[in-house]
Amino acid sequence: MTEASPAQRALLSVSGIEKAFGRVVVLRGIDLALHGGEVHALLGENGAGKSTLMRILLGIEHADRGTMTLADKPYAPRGAGDARRAGVVMVPQERTLCPHLDVVENVVLGIEPAGPFGLLRSGDALELARRSLALVAGEGRIPLEARAGAMSVADQQLVEIARALAQGGKSARVLILDEPTASLGKEDADRLFDRVKALKESGLAIVLVTHFLGDVRGHADRYTVLRDGKVQGAGDPKVVAAERIVHEMLGRELESLRGEAEAAKGGAGYRDGVGRGGASGGGAGTVLLDVRAVAGARKPRDASFVLRRGEVLGIAGLVGSGRTELLRAILGLDRVKSGVIVKQAPRGIGLLSEDRGGEGLMLGRSIADNVDLSPRGPLFVDPRAVRAEGARWIAELAVKSSGPDQRVGDLSGGNQQKVQIARLLREDFDVLLVDEPTRGIDVASKAQVLELLRELARKGKGIVLVSSQLDELVSTCDRIAVLRHGELGPARPTADWDEEKLLLEAAS
Amino acid sequence: MSVMSLKRPAWLGPFVALVVVYLLFAAITPEHSFLRTQNLLTMGRQSVVVGICALGMTLVIITGGIDLSTGSLVALTTVIVARLLKGGSSPFVAVMVAVAVAAAIGALIGVCVGRFRLMPFVVTLGAMTALRGSAIGLASEQKIDCDPKGLDRMLDASLSAPGIWIAVALAAVIAGILGYTRFGRHVFAVGSNEAAARLCGIDSARVKIVVYALSSTLVGIAGVMEFSTLTVGDPTDSNGLELDVIAAVVIGGAPLAGGEGSILGSVFGALLMTVIRTGAVHMGMPSWVQYIVTGVIIFVAVAVDSVRRRRVSR
Repeated sequence: MTEASPAQRALLSVSGIEKAFGRVVVLRGIDLALHGGEVHALLGENGAGKSTLMRILLGIEHADRGTMTLADKPYAPRGAGDARRAGVVMVPQERTLCPHLDVVENVVLGIEPAGPFGLLRSGDALELARRSLALVAGEGRIPLEARAGAMSVADQQLVEIARALAQGGKSARVLILDEPTASLGKEDADRLFDRVKALKESGLAIVLVTHFLGDVRGHADRYTVLRDGKVQGAGDPKVVAAERIVHEMLGRELESLRGEAEAAKGGAGYRDGVGRGGASGGGAGTVLLDVRAVAGARKPRDASFVLRRGEVLGIAGLVGSGRTELLRAILGLDRVKSGVIVKQAPRGIGLLSEDRGGEGLMLGRSIADNVDLSPRGPLFVDPRAVRAEGARWIAELAVKSSGPDQRVGDLSGGNQQKVQIARLLREDFDVLLVDEPTRGIDVASKAQVLELLRELARKGKGIVLVSSQLDELVSTCDRIAVLRHGELGPARPTADWDEEKLLLEAAS
Repeated sequence: MSVMSLKRPAWLGPFVALVVVYLLFAAITPEHSFLRTQNLLTMGRQSVVVGICALGMTLVIITGGIDLSTGSLVALTTVIVARLLKGGSSPFVAVMVAVAVAAAIGALIGVCVGRFRLMPFVVTLGAMTALRGSAIGLASEQKIDCDPKGLDRMLDASLSAPGIWIAVALAAVIAGILGYTRFGRHVFAVGSNEAAARLCGIDSARVKIVVYALSSTLVGIAGVMEFSTLTVGDPTDSNGLELDVIAAVVIGGAPLAGGEGSILGSVFGALLMTVIRTGAVHMGMPSWVQYIVTGVIIFVAVAVDSVRRRRVSR
């Protein structure tokens, strides 16, 4: 599996790594060999075990079983500091610079060269930062005195890579990039890969954790696919066909899964109900939302679609493709730079946020208070009426709780999601924009939430479902469009798609 | 490369405001009384307590925190000094003990904020009340008269008054720490993005503990200065002082969100407030005018800062 030939010894090799959290087994014997001077792509769907493996490489988690060797010596980091000292560093997906500090200060953060009394040696700091940045971005490419917060996302990313390398010290050997292009446009991504190539040629072993098959095929020398905590495939991505890599990511069980999904659909009568038929005939098929060539400040760049009563329109897209931004633009939360949105939804448009704790719910307040939150309503509020309303929705959506007074923060993810849905249903919106509705909720609740969406469509609502779970798009939507780098493709009937086609389209 | 030496330094705004307001009063006060050296000295003396407290508050606010216990701690310090002097201690011992107590209290606040992750507002609100109570209790609910044993000369009316020079020296030391040491860099980092600081191996809790301890130590020193002007231990003294101190820091260009701030800016902020107060007195304005003017200055400072920031981020 790991292709370590005697001629080319692996710089960092991992063998038989196993890891479980309680009873949940995340990694089941992983073998991996990273070579200096190579970009090694690590692929896999959410939950495949990529992050856990990376955390073990970085010493943040410890493997239950298995060994690692770094440059022929046993490697068992006890913490992030150990890994750093050994030269294994990572650039996380989200930006982690201090916005108020300048580039030099950010690069040397935590490793500031200092003399007696902690007095900074600013000359040394400058030199250290300059050297590191020259390697990453090229000489003079990034102004050293610029404030991190005022720089472009692409430049911030380069500074982060420079910081990671500087922190690995002279011995920096393994650089892990977690979804480095997720927040970048096409040109910035290309420019980043130019730099990655230069780093690779300097002898670093680079791990590229990503969903973008295009990036992998264009810029990686080797790939490994993880699924269910196991290595499912490996090879040279320039040789292996994309279809095959997708197949390795999604797995053989796909067929049987789809069978189950169809069966479930049949049982619930989705496909022959009002929902399906409604889209084409009668008053149920009137247009609710007509989005024409909409572009936001950064994303989306070009999105057009029509949403009718009685249908669920799916939008597939990878992290950073602009999914959430598109929904926010339609709702008017973010500025629309160009394009037209014709809203013919007399009862309005509601958004189910993917960030339940952040903006979707008041976690510290009761179920009743959350359900009742509305811009409309009477001037004076009768607490008993609020409680009664809470109780009504708890019964309506079968929320598992101790009653309308329970704090939403104490509920399980699935029940929190139901409370969020209840608030939208109470407003009786015509259009629901649903962003990752099943994130972080259990399997049973997942099925219930998706079924509820179908039922709402049957009752004449229009639903836009954004999800990174391809199986739920295929099982729930009438039509699906793929969003890629901010551009939305045409919406085609679900029968024309399957998960592999969706992933190929989204990741190319 | 320090944060203070960026293209347009943060203290420039407050400095310009200070000069403008000073010149304004100098022009309109009768008989140019505002321009006399004696008046400058008086204003310097009157800025010492708020100024020294503002040094520490700047550190606290840069980390994204706040300290409401300043006034109570100053009062407690005056009481401790007075009691010790009355009990026969030497001025040196009295001052050392009082400052040490202040430092210990600051460290305790820092542990609560840093290690136990309690909200600085709440922690120091509690400290404010508890310390005020301690001061009143320690003073048996009255002012403590005592022989100041020379401490009253700290802030006498001459250019050689040691209090003013101590304040200047402290400002230089803290500005040096903030701008030219590793610790100073970490103070900014913790306030700017604590998660990033931790990612880079910085112990943000320890940084906060040191910051609050240092800040309260400075408040203790300010308390000694306050005693020097009062020459009694007064447990009800300096009520609301912390708000003047916070105002000085905010006028000095430090947003309460943290990550930014400068010692020089805070010093100018403290001086600006004294100038307004003194100017109002010279003009014979009633005190309510001076309160309103100070309030307006705070609004303007924050508004100007916010506009500048928005322009930069665009």
